[in-house]
Formats: sequence, C-alpha cells, structure tokens
Amino acid sequence: MSATTKLARQKSRRKTAWQLLMNNRLAAAGFYIIAALVVLVLAAPILPIDNPDTIDLVGRLQPALSDGHLLGTDHLGRDILARLIWGSRVSLAVGLSASIIAAFFGSLIGLVAGYAGGRIDNIMMRGIDMLMAFPYILLALAIVAVLGPGLMNALYAIAVVNIPFFARNIRGITVGLAHREFVDAARLSGKSHTSIVLTEILPNVLPIIVITMSTTVGWMILETAGLSFLGLGAQPPQADLGSMLGEGRSLLFTAPSVSIIPGVMVFIIVMSINLLGDGVRDALDPRLRAGALNRPLPVTRIDRSDRSETSASGKGAALSVENLQTGFESTQGIVPAVKGISFAVQKGECLGLIGESGSGKSVTALSLLGLVASPPGVITGGSVAIDGRDIFSMHETEIASYRGSKVAYVFQDPLTTLHPLFTIGEQVAEAVRTHQPVSRNEAHAKAVALLDTVRIPDPAKRAAAYPHELSGGQRQRVGIAMALANDPDIIIADEPTTALDVTVQAEILRLLQALRQERGLALLFITHDFGVVAEICDRVAVMRHGEIVETGNTADILGNPQHPYTQRLIACVPRLGQGKAFLEALRQLPKVEGV
Amino acid sequence: MMDEPNAIAVTGLTKTFGGKRRLFGGTSHVVHAVKNVTLALRQGETLAIVGESGSGKSTLARMVVGLETPTSGQMKIAGKDAGTLAKEGPRAFGQMIQYVFQDPTSSLNPRKTIGATLEAPLRLLKGFDPARRKTRMKELLDAVQMPADTLERYPHEFSGGQAQRIAIARALAAAPRIMVLDEPVSALDVSVQAQVLLLLEDLKAEFDLSYLFISHDLAVVESVCDRVAVMYFGEVVEEGPVEALFKSPHHDYTKRLISSAPLLETGRASKQNMP
Repeated sequence: MSATTKLARQKSRRKTAWQLLMNNRLAAAGFYIIAALVVLVLAAPILPIDNPDTIDLVGRLQPALSDGHLLGTDHLGRDILARLIWGSRVSLAVGLSASIIAAFFGSLIGLVAGYAGGRIDNIMMRGIDMLMAFPYILLALAIVAVLGPGLMNALYAIAVVNIPFFARNIRGITVGLAHREFVDAARLSGKSHTSIVLTEILPNVLPIIVITMSTTVGWMILETAGLSFLGLGAQPPQADLGSMLGEGRSLLFTAPSVSIIPGVMVFIIVMSINLLGDGVRDALDPRLRAGALNRPLPVTRIDRSDRSETSASGKGAALSVENLQTGFESTQGIVPAVKGISFAVQKGECLGLIGESGSGKSVTALSLLGLVASPPGVITGGSVAIDGRDIFSMHETEIASYRGSKVAYVFQDPLTTLHPLFTIGEQVAEAVRTHQPVSRNEAHAKAVALLDTVRIPDPAKRAAAYPHELSGGQRQRVGIAMALANDPDIIIADEPTTALDVTVQAEILRLLQALRQERGLALLFITHDFGVVAEICDRVAVMRHGEIVETGNTADILGNPQHPYTQRLIACVPRLGQGKAFLEALRQLPKVEGV
Repeated sequence: MMDEPNAIAVTGLTKTFGGKRRLFGGTSHVVHAVKNVTLALRQGETLAIVGESGSGKSTLARMVVGLETPTSGQMKIAGKDAGTLAKEGPRAFGQMIQYVFQDPTSSLNPRKTIGATLEAPLRLLKGFDPARRKTRMKELLDAVQMPADTLERYPHEFSGGQAQRIAIARALAAAPRIMVLDEPVSALDVSVQAQVLLLLEDLKAEFDLSYLFISHDLAVVESVCDRVAVMYFGEVVEEGPVEALFKSPHHDYTKRLISSAPLLETGRASKQNMP
C-alpha cells in the first residue's frame, strides 16, 4: 500500500471524528461561537476600537449605543466594548494556559503513578488526595495569598488546583494499560521504562487527556474570573472579565450594563466551551461511540420480508428454525450475519452448532428469542417455532416470558454473567421467582435443591457464597442451575466449557449429559471444538459465513464429512495419539488463502 | 554433558507473590505460584509445559524471559546466569530469549502501526540503521508469510491468526535462539491454529530455535513437542518424552488430564463407561 492511500485513510478516519462532532448540533453551535470569539479577540490589536485603558472622566457611565461607545463606558469613562474584547482575550488565554499546565503535570503524575505502581503510586496519590482534601477555591486563595495577587499567580493557583483532576483520571487509565501484554512485549523489545510510558502508553491515554481538557477549560475560565472578581487576579488597569464584573458590582443599580455585559460574556464563553467539550468527549470516547448509552430494545427488531412456515419435519420438534436471517444495520445498509438457516431440535436431543469465529453461531443462538442487541441487530426473515408456535409473531412481553422459563441460556463466561455482589443462592432464587409466584423461603429452598442437582457439594452452605469464592467450574454449575430454575424444555448453551480447564470441562459435559437424559431436555450446544461435539452431541450442524454447510449425525459427520469445509476443519484438529504425523498430514492439505 | 549448554536450565526455581508487611499490621495473603521447579530445555528441542490455569505455567515462563524476578533459585539462559543478564538490562535478555503471548491482539499496541512495533526490537536490540531495519522487516514478514503492506497498517485491521503471525515476527526480530510460546494457538480457530503450528515448526528449523511451549491442549503438545513437563499447583509432577509420558502416565493428575481430553472418534463410547 502506498503512502498516499495511507494518508487518505488517516484523513477519512479524522473526518469521521469531525463529522461526529458536527452532527451534534449543540457541539457544532458551541464550536462556531467559540471560534468566532477567538477570531475576534485575536484581531483585537487591529480592530477599530478605543484603547481599553484610556480614561475619560467627563464621558463616564455613558449608556450603551451612545455615540462612539457601542456598549457605553464604565465608571472611569473607558470604552466597555474595547475592555470586553481585551478582557476576553486575557480570560481565554489564562483559562487555556492553566488547563494546559494542569493537564501536563496532572497527566505526568498520573502516568508515572499508574505505571510504577506500588510505593511510588501510593506516595503520589496520597499527595494528590491531600490537595483534594482542601475546598478548591480556598486552596486557590491560599496559593494566591502566598504568591501575592496578580494574573500569573492566579493562573498558577488555578492550574495547581486542577492537577488532581487530571492525575486521578489518567492514573486510572494507565493502571489498566500498564498490565496489558503489549507493554510486556515492549519491554522484551528492549524499551526502557521512560520510552514505554512515552511511546506505548501515552498514545493510548492521549484521547482521555484531550477529553478531560475540553471539559475543564470552561471551569478554569470561570475560576480565573472568580479570582479576578475578588481582586486577586488581573490588577487594574488591565481588563479581564472577572475584574470588570468586580468593578461594575458597586454600580449594579445606577449603571447595570457595566457588570451585566462582562457577565453575559463569561456565560457565552463558558457555555459554548462546555457544549463543545461535551461534543468532543462524545466523539472521542470509544465507549460512547460503541453505543454504551444506547439502550437496546427489549426484543430484537423484527422486519421480516418472508415468513417461512414451519416445515413438516419441524412439526413436533421442541425447537424448529426455518430460514432464519439476522443482520446488523450499518451505514451501508443491513449486513447479513445469519443467511437463512434451518434446523430442528427434538425433545431429549442434543444438536451441536459448530463453526469458527465469525460464522454466525452465537448470533443464531441469540436470535432465537430476540436477544440480539437492537440497534443494530435486526431479524430480516424466517421463523422460529417453539412447540409449534412462531416466536416472532408474539408480543414482546410474551417473548420475554419465554426467556428463562421455556428456553434457558448458559453462557461462556460464568464470571461475567453472575452478579458479583449477590450470593449464588440469591441469584438462583431470583431466577425462580421471576417466573414462579413463590415466597422467598420457598425460592431459597428450591435454589438449594437446584444447586444439589448440579452436584455442588454441601449446597445449603455454598448457597451463601459469592461468585468470586467459587472455582470456574463451580460457577458454570451455578449458571446451569439458574438455567434449570424453571424446568425449561430447551437449553441453549453458548460455548459453556470454552473458559474452563480440560478436566473441569469433562465434568461439566458429563453433568449436562446426565441432566439432559434425566429431564428429556432439548439441548442446542454451540461450540468451536469438534472434541466437545463428539462428547455430547447426537447431531451436528457445521456453520460457515452465516450458513449451515452440512448437517448430520455426529458420528457420520466426524467420520465421513462430505463438505470440503468440514473435511478441512476436521483435518486441522490434532488427535491424541497422532503425534508428529499430524503436522505431516497438515502439509498435505491444499493451501487456502485468508488465514 | 553435551558440548553445547542447555538453552534454559532452571534449578530450584520458586516464586511467591504477596506476603509483604502491610502499613497497618499483618501481612498480605501469600501465593506460592511456582515451587522449587527444576527443568532443562536442551538446545534445539521443544519442551512442553502443560497444566491447568493457576498451575504456575505462565509465571514460570515470565520468569524465564525476565518479566518476573524469581523469589529464589537458579536460572541459566544459554549457559549464562540470568541474574547477571538481568543486571545488564532488558536488552541482554531480549537478545537471548523472546516471548510470544497467548492473546495476539492485546500484545500489539492498538495505536501503533505494525511497522513501528516491529522496528523497536531491531533498533534497540540489534542496533540496525534505518535502511537495514527496513529490509529486515520485509524479511521477517516474508518468514511469517504476511504481505509487505502489513507494516503501514494497525492491529485492528488483522484477524487473530494474522496478528499472531505478526507477534511471532516481532519475537523473531531480535534473532533469539530461544522462544517461549505461552499458549500461542489457544485463542485461534482450529484451521488457523494448524497454520500457525506449521509456521512455528518451519521457523524452528530455519532459525535453529529452541521452544518452551506452554499449552493445555495435549493433542497440540503431542504434535509439536519432544518432551513434556506436567505442572500441578506450582510443581512439576512429571516429566519425560512426549510419547512415553502420554502412553504411561504415573502421576494421578496426568492420568486425569489425559482421560479428560475430548476425543474425536471414540469420544462418547469411552466416556460413558467412566465413573
């Protein structure tokens, strides 16, 4: 790829952040106001305005719109318009420089403390805590009192007061980054600690620094004005919005315009900067961009062009899926993830859905009960029938009532699906009470019984344990207990053993197998591991790029795969006892691109 | 003894976390991650370390490459004492031994181009001038079968398998004789896993490498390793040539590990007879 296309790509990326910012109308308004103001104050020396410090006691306190003085004059006869423009210049400059100073030192402290950790972190952060323990305006006053009044001293005071804000923010991000693998990798590449902080960690925290700055500049301008108002900032005759307010205060009743005009100016500046700052944050913060603030709909949006009826073979099945199509909305239209797949699971049967990452197997599982996050997910066609009833024709509340009662899910990582602050007994009992009108005690008794069913030793005692007190295997047992809480007919298990050690995986598979046989459950088992499929599934469907390429009995598919994709996948699975012959066999396989 | 020293030789290696005095009385909880481990990786061989999560495999690996300091015990890298190497700084370590991480995408800095990531070891560990760095980067990408335009792109533009190839290229950049592979294929799809295993095998022959291969997948271990050491709660409980050890395991945990491995053909029949 040439340098020009690279440049073009960078440009297009920057453009999208800029477009995001401009799409936000309030932020765009803030941007234009502040940009106009900056141009105005920068042009102050060449504008046809009076000298802001020229005193004319004869023409004092003239009202606005008077001859030669558009906004009138103050108590010493100085032109208010000129003072306003020069004053805004000072206020903006001081606010911006204070925020740059605070950002520099605060980020430096945050980076060092977060990266070094341990004692250095402790000492630096306790120092920051001490700064934060003072009411900030009092601290600023104390600093100015020591240094003496003056614009520069006010600037230092405001910068110091705001350092903790940056330090805490940046330290939090840095702590997370310092233990990432790319930092270890950089150390092994021979980089020194200084170089790691500056070239590996800093680029990753830079957006956060910019966001924090954009949201604090407004505050800093306000604080500068506050100190000047109290006479500790800009000294007469220098114009500054805060000192103009202070001087006009005593004339509030005789000549209100003298104080109101700078007051309105402070309001406009701070307001527009804050609007712009919020916009910058929304555009840059990856979490917000990923839609963390979007609340998904209760059920995936359903927009079906065709409603395939359940086929004859699907009748009587516990779960029957016909021509299911699910996609994700994007700027280029709907991108299909599941492209019309059909399968059925009978009572007491286990169907394995196997595929590599991106094959659409998890989207399939979530689509069955409309659990794909929407937006951007949308079900574009097909039908899912449970006991012969079409799910997608039901009302939202009815679909919700199926979740956990008729159909239950078991997910991959039990640590993220269990709530860390409730005991496992409470969580299983809650699953029971969601669908059954039982008392708290009954629900608890049922929860203990369920924990016993999934072979958790001493269930009455373990019910009082929190998720972090259990091993991974035991947590997954709790996940299964919650799935069983309302005697479902169908369990959908999405990679339930992928996060577990092999010895634990074997135990969980045995448990699922036993429960299925005892209760006659229909089990839809989603996995990427052929070994697991061989252990537990009666039939298996192989997925690739959102389509099922091959379905059949497990033994047939594994022993005699028909589709070339399945053949290749199975050939890529090393078998115990095969030894070095495995790699030799791999070399015989035809090459494919894109791996 | 052989004429060439062992690639890695550790004796009585121990790592303990925690146990420090706290400011307000008491000591923090002590974790014995690695307990008195003695192992040797011979020059040119692949030694596997298997064990479940929390058994201390990764801590052992991180000590061997110098990312952690052992609490006690001796460590020799290619015949040199690791303590002396550590005093010479990270460079001395990096030239001898490199590390490939489990999760390829998180081992690449998301905000740096692949070129910038690959350049660091060439500049800092090898001291190459810019022109030489450029040609060497092209060679490295060839070795891991990635196109040349990879250099200008960012990590998020690559799939897991491609990212792992890039991570391997970075490790090779330092031209080490020893590589520590920490679950290098367990985050990858099977077809990609197969490609990466083949690649590792080819590179080993091409650059005369010794591998310390950490894994929990016994079938993968069997296909690429010469010897295997089984770790259980921080200790090496069993060690031997792969075939012999898998055929007749002695330790209870090894037996359990082998019987738990899911099997493709005979899977269900054998499992249903188990207690």
